[in-house]
Amino acid sequence: MSTVSAPPAAGTTPAAGPPPRRRRPLVQRILGKNPLGWLFGAPYLLFVLVIFAYPLCYAVYISFFDYFFAAPGANVNQPFVGLDNYVQVFTDPAVLQSFLNVGIFLIINVPLTVILSLVLASGLNSITRFRTFLRVSYYVPYVTASVAIIGVWLFLFSGDGLVNHILGPLAPNPTWFVNPWLAMPTIAIYVTWKQLGLYILLYLAALQNVPQELYESASTDGAGRVRQFFSVTVPGVRPATVLVLLLSTITGANLFTEPYLLTGGGGPDGHSTSPVLLIYQQGIQQGHPGYAAAIGVVLVVLVLIIGWLQNRFAGGRD
Amino acid sequence: MRTRRTALHRAALAVVTAGIVAGTLAACGSGGGGSSDAMKAHGPITIWYSNNEQEVQWGKSMVSAWNSAHPKEQIKAQEVPAGKSTEEVIGAAITAGTTPCLVFNNLPAATGQWQKQGGLVDLSKFSDGAKYIEARSGSAADQYKSSDGDYYQMPWKQNPVMIFYNKAIFAKAGLDADNPDLSTYSSFLAAAQKIKDSGAAPYAIYPAPTSEFFQVNFDYLPLLAAQTGGKTFIENGKAAITNQDALDVANFWKTVYSDGLAGKEQYQGDAFADGKAAMAIVGPWAIAYYGDKIQWGSVPVPTKDGKAADQTYTFPDAKNIGMYSSCKNQGTAWDVLKFATSQEQDGKLLDVTGQMPIRTDLATTYASYFSSHPDYKEFGDQSARTVDDPTGSNTIAQMQALRDAYSKAVINGSGSVEDAFKAASDKIDKLQAQK
Repeated sequence: MSTVSAPPAAGTTPAAGPPPRRRRPLVQRILGKNPLGWLFGAPYLLFVLVIFAYPLCYAVYISFFDYFFAAPGANVNQPFVGLDNYVQVFTDPAVLQSFLNVGIFLIINVPLTVILSLVLASGLNSITRFRTFLRVSYYVPYVTASVAIIGVWLFLFSGDGLVNHILGPLAPNPTWFVNPWLAMPTIAIYVTWKQLGLYILLYLAALQNVPQELYESASTDGAGRVRQFFSVTVPGVRPATVLVLLLSTITGANLFTEPYLLTGGGGPDGHSTSPVLLIYQQGIQQGHPGYAAAIGVVLVVLVLIIGWLQNRFAGGRD
Repeated sequence: MRTRRTALHRAALAVVTAGIVAGTLAACGSGGGGSSDAMKAHGPITIWYSNNEQEVQWGKSMVSAWNSAHPKEQIKAQEVPAGKSTEEVIGAAITAGTTPCLVFNNLPAATGQWQKQGGLVDLSKFSDGAKYIEARSGSAADQYKSSDGDYYQMPWKQNPVMIFYNKAIFAKAGLDADNPDLSTYSSFLAAAQKIKDSGAAPYAIYPAPTSEFFQVNFDYLPLLAAQTGGKTFIENGKAAITNQDALDVANFWKTVYSDGLAGKEQYQGDAFADGKAAMAIVGPWAIAYYGDKIQWGSVPVPTKDGKAADQTYTFPDAKNIGMYSSCKNQGTAWDVLKFATSQEQDGKLLDVTGQMPIRTDLATTYASYFSSHPDYKEFGDQSARTVDDPTGSNTIAQMQALRDAYSKAVINGSGSVEDAFKAASDKIDKLQAQK
């Protein structure tokens, strides 16, 4: 790390020390060597500030108030409440239940997403027939609106739906979406299936960068297909794996549409309520956006911690 | 050198960040209030009405009648913009300052919240405000007063809910299809069991078993109103769900679910129309909706020991009219509100939509309508005995607390009703204490 050198001591010969440094203009010192770079970066910077930074800062701010949305010019009282909203977050059984629910969701959804998308991407990368058809097939659920697909899943997993007909006496009772133990896992499987197309696409792109020579060398050394997968493919797509982990965790933590529609607002008995569904209920429906913001801030912090851990342990040192 | 430059960069970023925070703080520091001048101002206004086909028809006709007589105070009307619900659209519009002058679709339970937001005009502040409202709606207007004793909504129309039953299914189950005995809990349960056992329909009744706050209005609260003789879940500022009547209602529904007489799964479609359920809890809108597709009959909701129809209360499923503080010409808006709730316009509303204006002497004022539409007569009679949700600033949160307890103990049968409702009662009281 460079540091600013001390000025030459009085009485020393200037020629012996480093050449005298000319003081840079103030504008250049603030804006850097290439001020034009700020101009080019300005649209994106502005976008980030307006769309992400401002709402996030605002959410943190209102989480310390008994805040509610008021009409412009309305004279309303929104007192500062300190950490009250946060205390409530950590003592409200409904909020704790929602974090547990989303934890269960992530434990099922994230590993399943990584494993299935990598295996399927590897398969799709090696086959030659029906390649395009299969790639499109996996991608279709991702680009289809959740609202449209949910009706099909409700039909499949209803009490007298196709899945239970196939399972016969093994069908769960109560059935999937009204069973406290199965509602969230079923949602996790639904979301895994729906999002798989995107992650397969990411892995397919990453697989193009794994040198073919590595597979040939491994083959020469006697490695079979399975060994090649674990020794060449998995390490070769590690950056993509980190991306998939992060993306699936972030989208999973923001789960809303599925419990809102599949289980009719977080049922049964709150076993599929997600923190974002609670944020919606508290902030939009019930007029407590300060409290909703506190739930949101806690969620953001938890996601950041999980993301850091994923990057730390799955991303390696590079 | 690099360290120093980095420090300057950080300082620049800090300035930007400080700007964001300052902007945030400035945005939060808004204050002010409504203008009394606006209450006297006249000019063009905007209104929203429901997207229900019949209400759109009435709305267009009312606007046309007003506009032709008031060229300088024209109404610009549209359906409520699309959203998850009207309440969310209105809530967002209040915050953005984009509400119209009048909305003909206000949920009474949301009124307190919008009032707290500073979004509603206090109608009692008009010189003839309270007098007009009470003259048109009589004692029914009382339940729509806010906690400060003023009116922030004009009672408009209601759909008092009753038990609709499918005569063909009842006949198939061996029940009296013309005069079924559904007045007491025991007779209702016996009939429901017979429907199920006979295979006439998979379920006796199918209220939505989902967790949205408003669903209590269509299963628990109508029966609570009936059992208590016209009370709701908050009385005198306190939760009223742990008394014997309230628990009896909940335990009745718990039996319905535990005996498999009602579905616990979210039904895709209309279970009553599809013949999956023999009964439904609906208002008079259903008469036109089901039309001739189903041969139906209607009876009041049941009570524990049975009550005469003319003594049975229910939930009104009402929608009222709200005037919004963003309105510049509130004088005109008040005139339009009175025009739209005049005897003539109420009569047209009843005629076009079949929904009951919340007015005194409905049956006599519109006697000719009820004589030519006998199907609606029972609903017209029932509309005199309804009890709506409270109008507090936390009513929706309180309804959600009630619904959560109901979902847990009644629909899912997890734990006792008494314990779940006691916990909900505490939560409701806590919310009630909040300003």
